[in-house]
Amino acid sequence: MAAGPMKMRANLGQGFTDIRVLMTHPMETGQRKDSEGKLVPMHFIQNLTVKVNGKTVIEAQTSQAVSRNPVFSFRLKGGAKGDKIEVSWLDNKGETNKTEAAVA
Amino acid sequence: MRALLVGLLAVSFAASAQDAKKEIQKYQQMIASGSPAELFELEGETLWKKPQGPRNVSLDKCDLGKGPGVLKGAYAALPRYFKDAERVMDLETRLLYCMTTLQGRSREEATKRVFGNENEPSEMEYLSAYVAGQSRGVKMAPGTSHPKEKEAYALGRALFFHRAGAWDFSCASCHGEEGKRIRMQDLPVLSEAKYARPVMSTWPAYRVSNSQFKTMQWRINDCYRQMRMPEPSFASEATVAMNMYLAVNARGEPYRGPGTKR
Repeated sequence: MAAGPMKMRANLGQGFTDIRVLMTHPMETGQRKDSEGKLVPMHFIQNLTVKVNGKTVIEAQTSQAVSRNPVFSFRLKGGAKGDKIEVSWLDNKGETNKTEAAVA
Repeated sequence: MRALLVGLLAVSFAASAQDAKKEIQKYQQMIASGSPAELFELEGETLWKKPQGPRNVSLDKCDLGKGPGVLKGAYAALPRYFKDAERVMDLETRLLYCMTTLQGRSREEATKRVFGNENEPSEMEYLSAYVAGQSRGVKMAPGTSHPKEKEAYALGRALFFHRAGAWDFSCASCHGEEGKRIRMQDLPVLSEAKYARPVMSTWPAYRVSNSQFKTMQWRINDCYRQMRMPEPSFASEATVAMNMYLAVNARGEPYRGPGTKR
């Protein structure tokens, strides 16, 4: 399955930048059974990376405990209008997706 | 003494129910911002512009009542009477009409899978999310002037109160009295504007508990399932009339959806 869309907003506050990013992902825990009683294999986002103007500022490891189609939000110190934010994820099947936005 | 104790217990129970309600409101506010409904809107936009069917055209020229391809405020003005189709249509009924007339698809093929699941949402769900999203902030004003529109409202109203089926239920059995709920889910009195407004202005909606996007046709279909009545046909006169009745009861409310539900 091709990775579905992502959506991000990055807004400048007083001395900080708020990032909110939505991602499409099934986030299967590996515990759920399908309608035929077979286990649905694990499929979840393992790594999240947030970059500001190409420099990595957050690296996160996530688990099956995160919901389907998750939303993440981060608050970064500083930042300026127009800064390029890039958020990417990598899941346990090696699939990946990323999105970019400029700080508004 | 005993009466006092019972009284105290009753008070503390009421207080905890109040707290729970507050917590649920807090939860609803949390899920409302950054809702996955937005992802469905994005996917819906792609689908809207994707050439499909025997004629290999997109839905770009679909007239939802504001002119071909005009989406702004179109959802808020539905259901309404369409002269070309000679009937009252809600969003999904109109989308189906465009799929058959513009894209040249058969009704059978286009309605094969109208309600999706968490792994594979349906085309109708994606498209509903996209189109409804283009009405954010627009006051809901379904058609109320054409005789057919009045007829649809009257039929919807009659269906709302019509008891039938194995359990002798009507919509009003659950949605006709104030203060009723199923578990922690309040049951809005949908015949009254006060209750219909917040509901109708946030549907269609993303459901967090099963990670699915739900449309109004699904909502009506599932209510009939819960009442143990025969399954209504998709985009039928009856389901559109139900939507018309609910939308008219909520008219004037600015549309805020697609919403996020428990």
